[in-house]
Amino acid sequence: MSSKKNVLSTPVTRRSVLKATAATATVAAAPMIIPSTAYGYANEPKGSSVTLGFNVPQSGAYADEGADELRAYELAVEHLNGGGDGGMMGTFSSKALKGNGILGRKVEYVTGDTQTKPDAARASARSMIEKDGAIMITGGSSSGVAVAVQGLCQEAGVIFMAGLTHSNDTTGKDKKANGFRHFFNSYMSGAALAPILGDNYGKDRKAYHLTADYNWGYTTEEAVRTSTEAMGWETVAAVKTPLSQTDFSSYVAPVQASGADILVLNHYGANMVNSLTSAVQFGLRGAQVNGKSLEIVVPLYSRLMAKGAGENVKGIFGSTNWHWSLTDDASKAFVKSFGEKYGFPPSQAAHTCYVQTLLYADACERAGSHDPCAVAEALEGFEFDGLGNGPTLYRAEDHQCFKDVLVVKGKENPTSEFDLLEIVEVTPASQVTYDASIFGGDLGSCNAG
Amino acid sequence: MLGLSRNDFLMLLFVLFLVAAAPILLNPFPEGSSLAQFNAGYPDLMQRFLIFGIFAIGFNILFGLTGYLSFGHAAFLGAGSYAGVWMLKLLTINVIPAIIVSTLVAGLFSLAIGYISLRRSGIYFSILTLAFAQMSFALASSVLQPITGGETGLQTNLNDPRILDGANTTGNIPAPSLFGWEMRESMQVPVGDWLWTFNVGYYVCAFILLIAFYISIRIFRSPFGMMLKAIKSNNERLSYTGISPRPYTLAAFVISGMYAGLAGGLMVSMDPLAGSERMQWTASGEVVLMTILGGVGTVLGPVIGAGIIKYFENIFSKINDNLLHGWFSFMPDGLEDFMVAVIHPFVGKGWHLSLGLMFMLAIIFLPGGFVGSLHNVFSRIFRKRAQ
Repeated sequence: MSSKKNVLSTPVTRRSVLKATAATATVAAAPMIIPSTAYGYANEPKGSSVTLGFNVPQSGAYADEGADELRAYELAVEHLNGGGDGGMMGTFSSKALKGNGILGRKVEYVTGDTQTKPDAARASARSMIEKDGAIMITGGSSSGVAVAVQGLCQEAGVIFMAGLTHSNDTTGKDKKANGFRHFFNSYMSGAALAPILGDNYGKDRKAYHLTADYNWGYTTEEAVRTSTEAMGWETVAAVKTPLSQTDFSSYVAPVQASGADILVLNHYGANMVNSLTSAVQFGLRGAQVNGKSLEIVVPLYSRLMAKGAGENVKGIFGSTNWHWSLTDDASKAFVKSFGEKYGFPPSQAAHTCYVQTLLYADACERAGSHDPCAVAEALEGFEFDGLGNGPTLYRAEDHQCFKDVLVVKGKENPTSEFDLLEIVEVTPASQVTYDASIFGGDLGSCNAG
Repeated sequence: MLGLSRNDFLMLLFVLFLVAAAPILLNPFPEGSSLAQFNAGYPDLMQRFLIFGIFAIGFNILFGLTGYLSFGHAAFLGAGSYAGVWMLKLLTINVIPAIIVSTLVAGLFSLAIGYISLRRSGIYFSILTLAFAQMSFALASSVLQPITGGETGLQTNLNDPRILDGANTTGNIPAPSLFGWEMRESMQVPVGDWLWTFNVGYYVCAFILLIAFYISIRIFRSPFGMMLKAIKSNNERLSYTGISPRPYTLAAFVISGMYAGLAGGLMVSMDPLAGSERMQWTASGEVVLMTILGGVGTVLGPVIGAGIIKYFENIFSKINDNLLHGWFSFMPDGLEDFMVAVIHPFVGKGWHLSLGLMFMLAIIFLPGGFVGSLHNVFSRIFRKRAQ
């Protein structure tokens, strides 16, 4: 027993912790503190260049989208610096951009890998802000990451231009004064999709949801449930799947036995490709349940996912922010310059990232400053056109863009490897607009560091 | 001095010098030069060096002394992080309660896990800890979502209660601070072409690292530490002499768990977000790598190992093809592309590959880790001189 006593008592009494504390305290107290606000605003550009931080997933379930986002950013930087054919700068309704960088400063950029994890994304964004002096952070492909990085940018006093993030939370419950989103959200998807689903599949359906287990999945499931239940559908079950999941067979297997005749896949990127493939392999599509043919719905669609899932996407409904087959001048100009540089059409992720970079640069020009508060003011309530989505409003109350939503369907007879989705309907912005207060949250006030 | 032998005291002074001067030492290349890419003297990374240093010091108390290889220490780091964020949300934005509570919570958590896992030793112990950590990770990212924020992570909000702080009227989320000193505040000192950043949060971490380091030296040199070494060298023999090793190993397990919790608490004090992947097995594996790379069972090794791994993760991962082309632009076109193609797999998202190679080289040629090998070299030189 004596040995046991030894364990706990001896080291404690022997430690002269206090002495050590005093010794180290004198050393640690040495540096003086000058608040960073003494420099005007965080990372104020002093030289002839300005640095933007492109924080995209280069690994994980959303790596394909991340790679395409990075291509779009590089294209946007080229155009802002006066290179290439200028892309959508020619069609953009605001003519403040001159092709000489931003406010005469050459645009430079740093890149980082979010790994589709909030922790890693924040670390990467912090190093961009602290080490490379980035004045604006942009990127995404996961709402979890977007919300985390947006919070960081708010704290650090730089602007966050969200890339692909579709959760209501980004400009809803977790909205921030320094954060802006061009992409549409779950609510809009639900509101746009429900009428089309009702027309095609009837008002008497039983839905089974598979949902990615993070904030985007939750709000998408909720939006689709609310809008479909309102027209008479019933939700049989909603099962959450981990974001890192690659094999969905165990999630897909119970669907048919549940009596559901619609399977909603609230999945994105590689998640969706894998779950849809599993569902089709299990013979769910077209299986007869309740005397109806079982159908699959994918609320958020992208061409990259359609490509990954191949044959399986044919006839499947979903919604998208933008598609390269749109025939307005802006979309054509963007597809052309992207295609010339990379050899294939851009995805919706690439489009929103390109647009966000242009919008940021334009806001700086109009504000005449890089000061995040001035830029935020220039973006709030900004109405523009000529960026591929028709007339668009950056709503001041929640920093969310309002524009038309595309309802799409996997094409039955694709003419090329890129021609995978066809546009079923363009839902007007007025039909998907909601009150800014319905998701709660508080913008707070703008922080300039 | 301070109850330390002369050598240990000198080592403590050496560490003190290193951490105090790190903002200068880690920025050897002038701002704007092409090598500035390799500067590590910015607050986020320097804080990480120290925080993971603390994590690895704690891990080494268990692994280095008792030889029990835990593959689940990230669970304590994660538990500490969540406890810390909740303190910042509920109690006050001052970091002191967050740091203390996260240490205690991790201590309790490690007591529970240690009590069960330590019934086995060797590989079975490792697997048990791994299983518990993966369980915690799975729980944190799904079932415990209301407490942990799931895969979205847990962060501070504008409308958090923070009962000890006055009403927040700034419209901004307050930054974690120590009696008004915000952790993210920095003093930037331009000296010639160099820019040195002295950050408040960094020095708070440095202060705590020094205490943690001191405690670790005292444990290594104490009778308790001796007993732990006895467990490592011959557990059975210890049992035959009538001493039960369990209380000792459990104490070591809880101490190292508390170190991990402390690291977690500091991490959220520097950047108030806790994501569930902090608890994943890769994070547990990382601390094992740090300790082995630096030198198992050496006092200083884990800190060095943590520094090396975090440097690779943050610096090498940010080198992209654009930069590579910049470096080799003096070469003829074909050669330039060739060099970029050769180096490409080892930088950017391929940083794991370079780290893995270095780890292999270290294991093969420096079996005692960096510090262990350095120790060998020195003692050989001294022996030769004595002869």
